[in-house]
Amino acid sequence: MAITFKSVDFIYQAHTPFENLSLKDINLTIPDGSYTAIIGHTGSGKSTLIQHVNGLLKPTTGEVVVDDQTITGTTKNKELVHLRQHVGIVFQFPESQLFAESVIEDVKFGPINFGVTNEEAQKRAESALQKVKMPQEFWDKSPFELSGGQMRRVAIAGILATNPKILILDEPTAGLDPQGRREMMELFAELHQKEKLTILLVTHQMDDVANFADNVIVMDRGSVAKIGTPTEVFSDTEWLINHQLGLPSAANFAQKLISHGVQFKKIPLDMGELVDQIINLEGKGNRHE
Amino acid sequence: MDNIINVKNLTYKYANGGEKKALDNVSLSIKRGTWTSIVGHNGSGKSTLARSIDGLMTFSDGAITVDGITLSDDTVWDIRKRIGMIFQNPDNQFVGATVEDDVAFGLENLGVETAQMHSIVADVLEKVRMTDFKERQPDQLSGGQKQRVAIAGVLASKPKIIILDEATSMLDPQGRHEIIELINEIHRENNLTVLSITHDVSEAMLSDHVVVINDGKVVETGAPKDVFKDNEMLKITGLEQPFSAQLFDDLKQKGVFLPEELKMNEKGLEEWLWQSLLKA
Amino acid sequence: MNKILFGRYVPGNSFIHKMDPRAKLVLSLLYIIAVFMSNSWLAYGTSFLIAIIIIGSSSIAPKFFWDGVKPLIGVILLTMIIQVFFGVGGQVYWHWGILSITSNGLLNAIYIAIRFILIILVSTVLTLSTSPLEISGAIESLFMPLKKLHFPVYEMALMLSIALRFVPTLIDETEKILNAQRSRGANFSSGSIMTRLKKLVSILIPLFESAFSRAEELATAMEARGYQGGEGRSKYRVLNYTKNDILGTIFMIIATMSVLLLRNWS
Repeated sequence: MAITFKSVDFIYQAHTPFENLSLKDINLTIPDGSYTAIIGHTGSGKSTLIQHVNGLLKPTTGEVVVDDQTITGTTKNKELVHLRQHVGIVFQFPESQLFAESVIEDVKFGPINFGVTNEEAQKRAESALQKVKMPQEFWDKSPFELSGGQMRRVAIAGILATNPKILILDEPTAGLDPQGRREMMELFAELHQKEKLTILLVTHQMDDVANFADNVIVMDRGSVAKIGTPTEVFSDTEWLINHQLGLPSAANFAQKLISHGVQFKKIPLDMGELVDQIINLEGKGNRHE
Repeated sequence: MDNIINVKNLTYKYANGGEKKALDNVSLSIKRGTWTSIVGHNGSGKSTLARSIDGLMTFSDGAITVDGITLSDDTVWDIRKRIGMIFQNPDNQFVGATVEDDVAFGLENLGVETAQMHSIVADVLEKVRMTDFKERQPDQLSGGQKQRVAIAGVLASKPKIIILDEATSMLDPQGRHEIIELINEIHRENNLTVLSITHDVSEAMLSDHVVVINDGKVVETGAPKDVFKDNEMLKITGLEQPFSAQLFDDLKQKGVFLPEELKMNEKGLEEWLWQSLLKA
Repeated sequence: MNKILFGRYVPGNSFIHKMDPRAKLVLSLLYIIAVFMSNSWLAYGTSFLIAIIIIGSSSIAPKFFWDGVKPLIGVILLTMIIQVFFGVGGQVYWHWGILSITSNGLLNAIYIAIRFILIILVSTVLTLSTSPLEISGAIESLFMPLKKLHFPVYEMALMLSIALRFVPTLIDETEKILNAQRSRGANFSSGSIMTRLKKLVSILIPLFESAFSRAEELATAMEARGYQGGEGRSKYRVLNYTKNDILGTIFMIIATMSVLLLRNWS
């Protein structure tokens, strides 16, 4: 399912004079089946942007089109039920949404809300729990007995059980340790490849952007500052450094070599590319000698 | 230099957990004025260790000495006066209604006189660069700003030790960077002993000393560049390899010659590479 | 969500803003009592004048006062209607069963409406010009004599201030959980009362869970920062009764006395 924003403005009814979460003239298209990373500072509008995709927030002006559904400021919540079935959002620290007596019941909550039969919901819940690699012995336990990392897996299973076509992840690895983070990111990559899910990843981890995304949106003060492939976006190293957004660690290291006069064909995004280019440069040199 | 913290044979059993121990016969000592990182994956017991030192958890066996005082029910408040703790969640340690009220909270507990309190609060807010925000409420601050307020609160009561219990893990990279810089500054200027609980290897690389904890046991201790060289240990404990070590190993595997000491020295690796690449 | 009256504090630098919150609290109470005892046009006229003076010296935009009165218009009207139909005494204009419209009933209805509005106006000045922090400080100070009866005044004040500090945090949290469950297809605005109640569980349990874990962490943090109960604590904020407050107090005492003197004047 493709997502299109057409001249979207959003004005947040701020409680305080300090809050500024509005969106300004957003125009963009996220292709079906893509893995899109959304980066930008805290408060740049990333979270506001993603909440427009399933109509939790509605544009003040302009429209959001998801597949064949158009969301405008006047769209009724009833009309959004169909859309929400296909757009799953994993919020930050999603484990805080768990409530049911058992893991399996919690995962069934979504499908049952969308009117699926109990048997079908059970089937979907089991398959979702398998996808997040949650061992069966935990299914009947209370979600509150699990470790933080396990709770997060259950919460994600709760979204997957609604069979979304678009999966939105808002900093899904925040607070996890390195291994937990790695496993989580591998899970999403697998869902992207095997289940053909369109993925929107809100993140501060530039290495994750470099390693997984094929499309990057950079938000800055409520507007889209840049949009393109990771190579395109990260090539403008100066802009990113000036905006304190950081670079993937391989690109960051390459940037330092570049500043000493080393010439790279293109900015390396991950360790593999960095190593290959260094070897290449060395090889060339050896031939000259 | 003497040891400001001594932990001897510390064992902590979960209240309900039967035989499983969060800490299993842990011994370590921390030198006065150093920055030590305690690293390990989530659930390794590193937080339990930090909280035990501040008397926030009652352990089953062992002894803890802080600044010459042995921790017991009678001495716990004396020890807490010497330690300032910064916790993980910026929101759940913000007690006051505004920034200045929060910074004053610890001083109020110590019974510091009002006028003196106002001057200390102004002072420490200046130090953490939050003076302009002193009347703000916590919901009007970012996570990084709240952690800076927490640091100011700790500095106000002039502790000898600061314990960071994953204080940066909920912040965005910019906030994390700011907090680490700030701690570094405070550490240098005040000769404070810093004990940082983290699972971020790049953060731990900045410290003087590293203690790796896994399943409640101390696995390795030493200087970061010695400890994080050990690929096998990193794998077992689920920690990440530092960037320089990754690059070093990958290049070496492809047959590039590199002096061994560059593995844990990113700056040195950078120098070596640009020079050899430009020469080539 | 943002219509909550708590913390609807409008910062300012007016005479009223600068007054000691204890004085404001006590004097507002005094005013309310005087208004309740009023029973004549002259007394109401004077009370009205006092309210205007108070509002004037608070420098708060009139819009805020309208916002304060607006939600209560229904209640005021209902009370008036009851007075009009059930009030007895004086000249009878209309009569049906137990219902009647009398001159006393009409008069009382108007008095009640005026009372309501005056009280709302003055208490709005109090809440708009006094931060929650000041209010909790004032309550602590005013309750201090209860300390002798072993009433935990410090603890109560700290509790109040922490509760106020966490209101915005918990509002955010609620909104977040609401959004998460909505994204899982929960619809809180349709279905029978029973199904709606059931769905409410999916909000309440996470909210309680989070509130408890916050409470636990906060308690640990407070302990780490040396909190051992109220005894022996000093105070960062000390309330000062200044010349301004003496002036305000004298004015309010004279003003309310005149209202009380005029209360039966006809």
